[in-house]
Amino acid sequence: MKYPSDFKYTKEHEWIQVADKTAAVGITDYAQESLGDIVFLDLPKVGAQLAAGKPFGSVESVKAVSDLYAPVSGTVKEVNGELAGAPEKINQSAHSSWMIKIDLQNPNELNGLLSATDYEKFIAEESVG
Amino acid sequence: MSAVETTPAARKTALYASHRESKAKMVEFNGWEMPVEYSGIIAEHLAVRNAVGIFDVSHMGDICLAGTEALTAVQHISMNDASRLSLGQAQYSALLYPQGTFVDDVVVHRLGSEEYLLVINAGTREKDFNWVRDNTREFDCRVENLSDRFTQIAIQGPKAASLLQKLTDTDLATLKFYWFRRARLCGLDDILIARTGYTGEDGFEIYIPSDEGVSRRVWNDLFAAGRDAGAIPCGLGARNTLRLEARLPLYGHEISDTINVWEASLDRFCKLEKEEFIGREALARAKEAPLRRKLVGIEMKERGIARDGYKVWSQEGREIGWITSGSYAPFLRKNIALAYVPPEFSAPGRELSVEIREQYVGARVVPTPFYQRPRKT
Repeated sequence: MKYPSDFKYTKEHEWIQVADKTAAVGITDYAQESLGDIVFLDLPKVGAQLAAGKPFGSVESVKAVSDLYAPVSGTVKEVNGELAGAPEKINQSAHSSWMIKIDLQNPNELNGLLSATDYEKFIAEESVG
Repeated sequence: MSAVETTPAARKTALYASHRESKAKMVEFNGWEMPVEYSGIIAEHLAVRNAVGIFDVSHMGDICLAGTEALTAVQHISMNDASRLSLGQAQYSALLYPQGTFVDDVVVHRLGSEEYLLVINAGTREKDFNWVRDNTREFDCRVENLSDRFTQIAIQGPKAASLLQKLTDTDLATLKFYWFRRARLCGLDDILIARTGYTGEDGFEIYIPSDEGVSRRVWNDLFAAGRDAGAIPCGLGARNTLRLEARLPLYGHEISDTINVWEASLDRFCKLEKEEFIGREALARAKEAPLRRKLVGIEMKERGIARDGYKVWSQEGREIGWITSGSYAPFLRKNIALAYVPPEFSAPGRELSVEIREQYVGARVVPTPFYQRPRKT
C-alpha cells in the first residue's frame, strides 16, 4: 500500500508515525507530488511547543510555499537537520522523510486523525475537485 | 496544502490533449489552462540551460498593424524606435500610458514594409488590443487581433538551433538573434520562425496554424527531432525561473501600470529622441527628477526564499520596498529575487533584509542579470 497503514494522516497532508509517546512527522506523497521540486524546509527548534492544527514550519518548492501543520500537540524532541540540508529527499521518498519528532502531550488527539484508507479516500476526492 | 483548481471557463490551447497525455500538471494562468510542469521545474530549467526545452506559449497574443501609416501608428504606441527595424527584424518594446507606466511589454516584428506584428502577454490580450485599436484610429492602418490564429511554440536552449534545423530548409545559422523569417517547417509553408525567447538562452519561437491536428503534428515532430539532444517539454514554472535568472521582466510583477520605464531600468528600449509616443512627455519630465525606486537583483544570504510581494527592509529597520519576483534559481542554485528599492539602496553589495513569515532574513543587492548565457565569439 502506498500510504502506510501504521501512519495517521491530516487533511493538510502531513503523516505521523507514533512509537510509544514519540511521533515522527512528515508530509505525504500526495503533498510532495502537488508541490513539485522541494527546495526549502523551515523547521522549529528542539524544545518548541506545538499545538495541534497550528503551523509549525513551512516547506517550499520552486513554485509554492506551504505551511506545515502540527497533527498533534507536544514538544519538539528532534529535528531532521540532514533533511533540511537536502529537502529534495522528500520528493524521492516522502514517507521515510521525517521532519521532526514530537513528545506527545495528549495521545488522544491521534484518534481525530485519518487512517490510511480514509486519507486515500480524501485525496481521491480532492484531486477530482 | 491546497491543490490549484482550474475553472471550467479557462481556455485551452490546441496542444491541450498533448499536455494531458504527457501528464503535465495544469494550472490556470491568466484565463488559460496551461502546463506548469511536466517532469519537474528543475529538470526542465536545466534542460533549457544545458540542451533544449520546448514550450507551448500559445496563450501569448498577436496584434497585426497594416497599412500606409502602420509605422507611424507603431511609433505612436510603443517606446522603442520601430523605424530602425529592417524587414525580418524584431525588437523588445512596450506600450505605455501617458504617465509613462506600462500597458504591457511587447515584441515588435516588422513583417512587411507596411506591416507589423506585436506579440503581447496572455493576461493583457483584450486590454492591449482595445488600447492599440483606440490609440491608432487617427492613422491609415488596420489593427487585427490574430491571437487565435497561431499555436506559438518556443524551442529554447543551446541545442535549439540544431534541433530546428532538422525540420526546415532555411539556414538557421544565418538567422540572428531577434530576427525572423518565413520558411518551410515540418512540411508547412510560410511559417514564421523567430530567433526570440524568454529564457536567457538562444532559441526560437515558431508560429504555426492553431489547427489542432497540425499543432499536434508539429509538437510531436519537434520532440522526435530533439530526442538525441534530450529535448523535453517545459511548462510555465520553468519559463518563470528561466526568465528570472535572466532578469527579464514579467507584466504584473516588474512592470505594471504604476511602474515607469526608468524605475524598471528598461532605458535602452525607450527612445526619447523619437519624435512622439504615448508616455514620452511624462518620461522626459521624470528623467529630470530623482528616481523614487529602482529595480534591483537580490541574493539571499541567509536561509529563506523571497517571494513576490514580500517586504524589503533596510538594515536600520525601515521598510523600503517589495519583492516583485523571487525563487530558488535552479541553474545558479541560489535563492534570488527582483525588488523595488529606493536608489540609495540599489548599489551591488548593499545589505538588506527580506521579511519572510515575520522573520528578517539577510540578503544582498547583486548585479543583474543573475545569469548570462556564454556567447560564442
